[in-house]
Amino acid sequence: MRNKENTKGRVTLFAARFVAYAILIFLSILCLFSFYMLIINATRSNAQLQAGFTLMPRDNFLVNLKNAWNDASINIPRGMFNSFLVAACSAILTTYFSALTAYGIHVYKFRLRKFAFYFIMAVMMIPPQVSAVGFVQLMYRFKLTNNYLPLILPGIAAPVVFFYMKQYLESVLPMELVEAARIDGCGEFRTFNRIVLPIMKPAIAVQMIFSFVSSWNNYFIPALLLNKAEMKTVPIMIAQLRSADYSKFDMGKVYMFILLAILPVLVVYVILSKSIIKGVTAGSVKG
Amino acid sequence: MKRNKKTGQGEVSYAKWGYIFITPFFLAYIIFTLIPQLMTFYNSLFENYRDGLTQVGPRFVGIQNYITLFTPSSTGTIDMLKYFGNTLILWVMGAVPQILIALLLAVFFTSYRMNLKGQQFFKTVIYMPNLIMAAAFSMLFFTLFSPVGPVNQVLLSAGWIDKSVDFLGLMVPVRILISLMNFLMWFGNTTILLMAGIQGIDQSLFEAAEVDGAGSLQVFFRVTLPLLTPILVYTVITAMIGGLQMFDVPQVLTNAKGTPDRTSMTMVMYLNNYLQTSKNYGMAGAVSVVLFIVSTALSLFVYNTLSKQYKTAPKRRDRI
Repeated sequence: MRNKENTKGRVTLFAARFVAYAILIFLSILCLFSFYMLIINATRSNAQLQAGFTLMPRDNFLVNLKNAWNDASINIPRGMFNSFLVAACSAILTTYFSALTAYGIHVYKFRLRKFAFYFIMAVMMIPPQVSAVGFVQLMYRFKLTNNYLPLILPGIAAPVVFFYMKQYLESVLPMELVEAARIDGCGEFRTFNRIVLPIMKPAIAVQMIFSFVSSWNNYFIPALLLNKAEMKTVPIMIAQLRSADYSKFDMGKVYMFILLAILPVLVVYVILSKSIIKGVTAGSVKG
Repeated sequence: MKRNKKTGQGEVSYAKWGYIFITPFFLAYIIFTLIPQLMTFYNSLFENYRDGLTQVGPRFVGIQNYITLFTPSSTGTIDMLKYFGNTLILWVMGAVPQILIALLLAVFFTSYRMNLKGQQFFKTVIYMPNLIMAAAFSMLFFTLFSPVGPVNQVLLSAGWIDKSVDFLGLMVPVRILISLMNFLMWFGNTTILLMAGIQGIDQSLFEAAEVDGAGSLQVFFRVTLPLLTPILVYTVITAMIGGLQMFDVPQVLTNAKGTPDRTSMTMVMYLNNYLQTSKNYGMAGAVSVVLFIVSTALSLFVYNTLSKQYKTAPKRRDRI
């Protein structure tokens, strides 16, 4: 009797595992297939692409790369440089000032402390698009269109990153350490920069990646403020590609443009996926 | 800094440093978010747009922009409601499978009995689309599904169709493509959040249920799901607020037109049209206010649910 039940249990477990693996493999293929097609098609010439569908790579990769890199209307190397500049600056500002704010609220007791914390929590969920009208108007008034400051400076106030840093500080920073630094005569800014920031390194690294990626991918606000060709960032160029008459385009080049747009993030992800995935949850839902 | 002479201890007040440390954040917030937000609300009460080369307004018109927003056009449709409906449909089509599949995968990954191998690989793969530039992902789908793209080539050579199909000119395929992309971009993220939620549940509860002879389905519906509810609510609401902002994918896929016949035009695309093409700050302001109200209502809901959870949590711990 017992034996029979055991066999039945083993059969259902086997079936459950089979179903689970089947679903996971199917979803993985679904996730990877379009990117696989992108890479394959980036290795084919326009004529080869017109000729039909294939899953095998061809030898036109370098030609496509050269054509895309030197394209007259879409200056992708410039765009990648611009995007990199904006994303790197805003990643540094976002993480540094979020950590600073979190530290300020975590360590010091002051009258508006509670208010400051709840205020940031309250505005965390408001979509940035809601203030876009005023933001664009204000930037026009300040003559900051075709300028990267409006894309970089707002990163100083990033409620979600602040929240993550606050959670992290709560779990890792002993107050004794801060007090010890004070007794040693260490100034408050020095304590933060020299002692607290190194402790927060893991949190800062993860948030730097996330801020960099979201800035690299950002399309809505940059498209409203940048219209000079040499100032445009990658997502604007990709959208421009879509509005061009694609039937006259060299499709090999188009696939190469798309590949170049996502490549930096893809490379970073492949190298650091483990810590990135850990970072998705660490700050958000633990309650 | 004064020393307290009575006790002889170093009673130094550090309060001012708190203010100094949080000043940059609040300054940036006020300049780049709060003032623009107030300006947006203020703008929604003015007539202010560009007609060709002439600037109309700004002229105070009260709630006229809101009335215009909810007045049926000559064809009898209220654009605002149509785009709100589109956004909702596109969101539901993507988010319902997203949350169900994520729940299933989270249970698979955390199941001690199943003990699945290669978890890190699967997680890495399913999370990847979340980091990909939405504009580029959308452009990729456009090229793959365009009339001369590989999908049409395969269907033609297999003989399933006689001439190439313009998927992007048909309502249902466009909507399916947009929600498929949103699904692919977000289900991995949701899976990881829900996994953390399940791992946060007291393991002894699962063991107790198993000892009592509960089957996997019973454990899921009687233990996992009820205890996961707060995180599930959080996930659903944040997904809703994210869905409200849907822009990059449909914008690039349909070249800002919401083809066919604006059936895939979302709220933020509508807002963007007013901002980008007609510089109609008055109407754009009114659309923003509506967006603000909806997202605030959703946030309040999540805040209430979670704070209720915080209040009951310690009690439960006491009992154990």
